[in-house]
Amino acid sequence: MSRDLNGSREVLDGDDVARALTRMAHEVVERNKGAADLVILGIPKRGVPLAQRLGARISAAEGVDVPVGALDVTMYRDDLRLRPARALERTDIPPGGVDDKIVVLVDDVLFSGRTIRAALTALDDVGRPRAVRLVVLVDRGHRQLPIRADHVGKNIPTSLAESVHALVSEVDGRDGVVLAQAADQPRSDAEALP
Amino acid sequence: MTPNATILIRAARVLGGEPRDLLIDDGVIVALGAGARAADAARTATVVDADGLIALPGLVDLHTHLREPGREDAETVETGTLAAARGGFTAVHAMANTDPVADTAGVVEQVWRLGREAGHADVRPVGAVTVGLRGERLAELGAMADSAAGVRVFSDDGVCVSDAMLMRRALEYVKAFDGVIAQHAQEPRLTEGAQMNEGELSGRLGLQGWPNVAEEAIVARDVLLAEHVGSQVHICHLSTRGSVEIVRLAKQRGLPVTAEVTPHHLLLTDELVATYDPRYKVNPPLRSAADVAALREALADGTIDIVATDHAPHPVEAKDCEWDVAAFGMLGLETALSVVQHTMVDTGLLDWSGVAERMSYAPARIGRCDTGELAHGRPLAEGEPANIVLVDPSVSATVDPSASASLSRNTPYEGMKLPGAVVATFLRGRPTHVTGGLL
Amino acid sequence: MIRHLLSAGDLSLDDATLVLDTAEEMARLTEGRSVKKLPTLRGRTVVNLFFEDSTRTRTSFELAAKRLSADVVNFSAKGSSLSKGESLKDTALTLEAMGADGVVVRHSASGAPYRLATSGWINACVLNAGDGTHEHPTQALLDAFTMRRHLGELSGKRIVIVGDVLHSRVARSNVALLATLGAKVTLVAPPTLLPTGVERWPCDVSYDLDAALSGADAVMMLRVQRERMNAAFFPSAREYSRRYGLDSRRQALMPAEALVLHPGPMNRGMEITAEVADSDRSVIVEQVTNGVYVRMAVLYLMLAGTTEEAA
Repeated sequence: MSRDLNGSREVLDGDDVARALTRMAHEVVERNKGAADLVILGIPKRGVPLAQRLGARISAAEGVDVPVGALDVTMYRDDLRLRPARALERTDIPPGGVDDKIVVLVDDVLFSGRTIRAALTALDDVGRPRAVRLVVLVDRGHRQLPIRADHVGKNIPTSLAESVHALVSEVDGRDGVVLAQAADQPRSDAEALP
Repeated sequence: MTPNATILIRAARVLGGEPRDLLIDDGVIVALGAGARAADAARTATVVDADGLIALPGLVDLHTHLREPGREDAETVETGTLAAARGGFTAVHAMANTDPVADTAGVVEQVWRLGREAGHADVRPVGAVTVGLRGERLAELGAMADSAAGVRVFSDDGVCVSDAMLMRRALEYVKAFDGVIAQHAQEPRLTEGAQMNEGELSGRLGLQGWPNVAEEAIVARDVLLAEHVGSQVHICHLSTRGSVEIVRLAKQRGLPVTAEVTPHHLLLTDELVATYDPRYKVNPPLRSAADVAALREALADGTIDIVATDHAPHPVEAKDCEWDVAAFGMLGLETALSVVQHTMVDTGLLDWSGVAERMSYAPARIGRCDTGELAHGRPLAEGEPANIVLVDPSVSATVDPSASASLSRNTPYEGMKLPGAVVATFLRGRPTHVTGGLL
Repeated sequence: MIRHLLSAGDLSLDDATLVLDTAEEMARLTEGRSVKKLPTLRGRTVVNLFFEDSTRTRTSFELAAKRLSADVVNFSAKGSSLSKGESLKDTALTLEAMGADGVVVRHSASGAPYRLATSGWINACVLNAGDGTHEHPTQALLDAFTMRRHLGELSGKRIVIVGDVLHSRVARSNVALLATLGAKVTLVAPPTLLPTGVERWPCDVSYDLDAALSGADAVMMLRVQRERMNAAFFPSAREYSRRYGLDSRRQALMPAEALVLHPGPMNRGMEITAEVADSDRSVIVEQVTNGVYVRMAVLYLMLAGTTEEAA
């Protein structure tokens, strides 16, 4: 699925995305005092390739294999009934599981916080991590729940009339973050307006 | 209006021909044309302006279920004959599958009397061929024939007289009083549990098939039996192309066989069953488009003699359910003429005199009610009883079940737009149905 | 996605693929997990309306609905108003008054689920769990799911369905679904047990089981009731199993990896021998497990989102 970007403005380009990921990889390791017990879980769709890249950077820096997986939150969302049922994305928990691990959730855009709430509930059904941390490429504000990210690629103040789209090459053919008028754009997969 | 009033019907197109006046006095057509007598009478007569309307002889239905006695929740003689009058019928033959079954002189006389009291159409009771329609022994056919009801048509309709020996005896026995056996042709073993026409659709829908051969086997057998004993047999609601071919062959050989087709078999096909809506459940079942085409052709060329409605009222709960447990049958009296116009007249297969033959003259002949004091199916001519229906062929209307005179609502034509309207019906000069403002 | 699941033929290729893919996710989420419950259908009510006994199908739907946290109400023919002649309509009106979101219906009358879905008696989504001799769409979906797990995509795969096609809702649904998925189906049965017009179905028809088996990717045996011989569909159980039963000799005619399926309950010794049913190529037990995943998928897709048509 590629995105129609007419009338939009690029706020991060591919290099910016790469630098942000590299920085956040270091921050995660620093905060965790190494890569021990880390399990990185991307939230589909675009959080999954971002998690893989973050994991690769940490693995390279620390010389260990950090397990990376995916956590689909569709069935845990609180807005399921507002739209027709959606196709499920792949959930892929690494073989070691999450019990007593430090789970790093990765998503592209942090908005209302409802996706992350759903992710925390979903994680509950998978196991009991020692701690959960959150990495997002973009925080655009307008939280509806008391949730914040531990590591942010870039804070982008927005109005509710705008929409924010992260692009990742695995899905969209290139990396970047663009800002558009919400009326002109489909709502983001991950962060629907309430 | 009093029954003896003089009525002048002005400018009606008799059998679809040129406009003519009909003068009715004391239940009889006393003058036809624009003659002096008509003009004189016009001063005292009630005048009916029939400009643009077609006049047909009162229609005769050889196959009506009035449900009384026994199922007065579905229909009564009163409501059923009112529906008949609205449909242009002046006489109906009431089928015997009531509760109790019309298999004795007592029951047929009761139905006959109810018809006289209702007065909307003459009711000619049909007697059962076998006691209780059970197909085991003959009912007292002679007693019913000799009763006040003067029964001449006998039928176990709803079930087939499947026992060949019993059928032979019935055909022979009724010769003594010029009776006729009307056979419901359905081989019972081939239709055990059958739900719809057997074909690709029945296989797909998982509904047990009702093969054409189940009808044709009985039609063929009974035509041969009739030939063998020299008696007449009438085939009820013929529904398949194969039956048409058998009857055509029999008629070519000069055998005494007559046949009827229902309006619904002239119009509807089994494709409708794909909805699983039981309003399309009927016995015999709706057949294929090829069968429908063959039936129309046979009615046009005279292989099939008449149209008979098989008007079969059922209460709502008998149709508002799953297909398997729903009752067989459809309403037909009020829509029959419209369906015939739509399928036969508007298609050019039949003209209005052909309609008169197939819906009035011939059914009266087969029903043995074309002579005597209460004769039906007579030509619109001087000295004949004034059984007349006025039809407006130029209008069309959407069928609304709730507007029916019947107690039941199980019409398969709901929501369909059909041509033609019965504007007035006269039974021996007395209007039994008139639409607003005509009189 | 369609609003009601009445016939396997109503599913487009996209719909069918979506159901199978979703079932795959359901399996992954459920298998080997201590918590087998998802919150997705919390607050939704699923009614199992079984006019005909079927412990296996009812239990499968019940488990599926419960794993998605739906409230489940079972209405069975035994010991309820259903056996006292309450009409389908009155039952439907009762369910509507109770606020059912989904009705899973099993009925001995073909088309009963259509009546429920189209008569205006209820607003709930209707799932056909087997109607008369018509269809059993979730059975076809679980069969396809099971075969796909072993064979990969079913397009071009050769599936042989053997037995009482005439009375089999499983066969009707499988032919429709497998045609949509692009598989090549051959029906094998004595001529008496094939429906009129079967030559116009999207499949091949054969009377010769031995010939059909070579080259099959999967063989699905249908249940054959012994009572059918009373209606002269075949002369005797022995003759039936000799001509149309799957035994070891016939299994040897099949390619080594070919699967054996059966929708159950089996008549061991009639359409299938115990040896074949219990062989390592039999996936009959898996079919039962997969039934829950497929029904979870269908319930999720039909009940989780908005049911507004336009949405």
